[in-house]
Amino acid sequence: MLGLRLYILQRMSALFMGPFVLVHIAVMIHAIQGGLSTAEILGRTQGSIFWFLFYSTFVIAASVHSAIGLRVIVHEVLGMKGFALSTLTWSICLILLYMGGRAVTAVTMI
Amino acid sequence: MSNDVKYMDVAIWRGDADGGAYENFQVPAQDNQTILDVVSWVQQNASSTLTYRYACRVGMCGSCAMMVNGTPRWTCRTHVKKVLDGNKLTVGPLRNLPVIKDLATDMDPFFDKWVAAEGVHHPSKTRDDPVEQINPESSARVEASTGIECINCSICYASCDTVAGNPDYLGPAALQRAWTLYNDTRDADKQGILDAVSGDGGCHNCHSQGSCAVHCPNELNPMRAIAGLKRATTLSFLKRGR
Repeated sequence: MLGLRLYILQRMSALFMGPFVLVHIAVMIHAIQGGLSTAEILGRTQGSIFWFLFYSTFVIAASVHSAIGLRVIVHEVLGMKGFALSTLTWSICLILLYMGGRAVTAVTMI
Repeated sequence: MSNDVKYMDVAIWRGDADGGAYENFQVPAQDNQTILDVVSWVQQNASSTLTYRYACRVGMCGSCAMMVNGTPRWTCRTHVKKVLDGNKLTVGPLRNLPVIKDLATDMDPFFDKWVAAEGVHHPSKTRDDPVEQINPESSARVEASTGIECINCSICYASCDTVAGNPDYLGPAALQRAWTLYNDTRDADKQGILDAVSGDGGCHNCHSQGSCAVHCPNELNPMRAIAGLKRATTLSFLKRGR
């Protein structure tokens, strides 16, 4: 249930997520070292095009990667396939995009 | 003398496609004895209706593979002492294949997938052309040669958890055959092979768990071949969009 296109999409999204995860964790650790408050962190991220693009791309990559990974697991464990499997894959992707999109706009929009 | 004979507890699967159960036998233990010897003793001395498959008895034909104590093995080359669990042996039909009767499985799905993976030679010359000289040391030939000793026993297929979860998956042996042909300079349809292994049941479903390489009786490494197909299909997609 994993053709060439889905395989490449999953590998490409993983390629993006690797550095994103490292930067995200590094910045988190750096931010709390100085005792920054939530308001101070939001003061730096809100209105920042860099963080908007960073986390938007992160959310897109994570949504695509997770949806394809869960598609494989659901097929192999539950035997789901065909239209139902495609619908589930798209649903997971869109739900994660929506939830991630909300978080990104809340943190980076003024 | 008979008091000196030691017996093993052997459980053998009896049944067909509709189901069945393990039947227990007491089989005399010998100093030198293979699993196939044990199964043959049961068929010849205890239950003449026991159905199983074998041919060459020397590890060349790939006919006699069975599950032995839960592990797929070539029974003609598996010594009892190597796998005896206490004093017990459990022998069943190969996993991931339909059972015809007792220990004989239907190999059709296994071989159908060889064809589906384009595991057939695509001629690049006619009978009128001279025989092509192949350099055995060329990198492509070296790569192809790593997989050509496959005896089609289906042990890798039976050991593969991806096949168990995804019946459409082509499986390690068929994909290794495709990789061998892909690296054969005499094959005329390499893109056809890449297309065949790129579908929903293709090489990209492999989780690289490596059971195929662990259990292959000829110590081949289908996982390496599948990784090669993943690389070749990805490069093909980036260059040609397919």
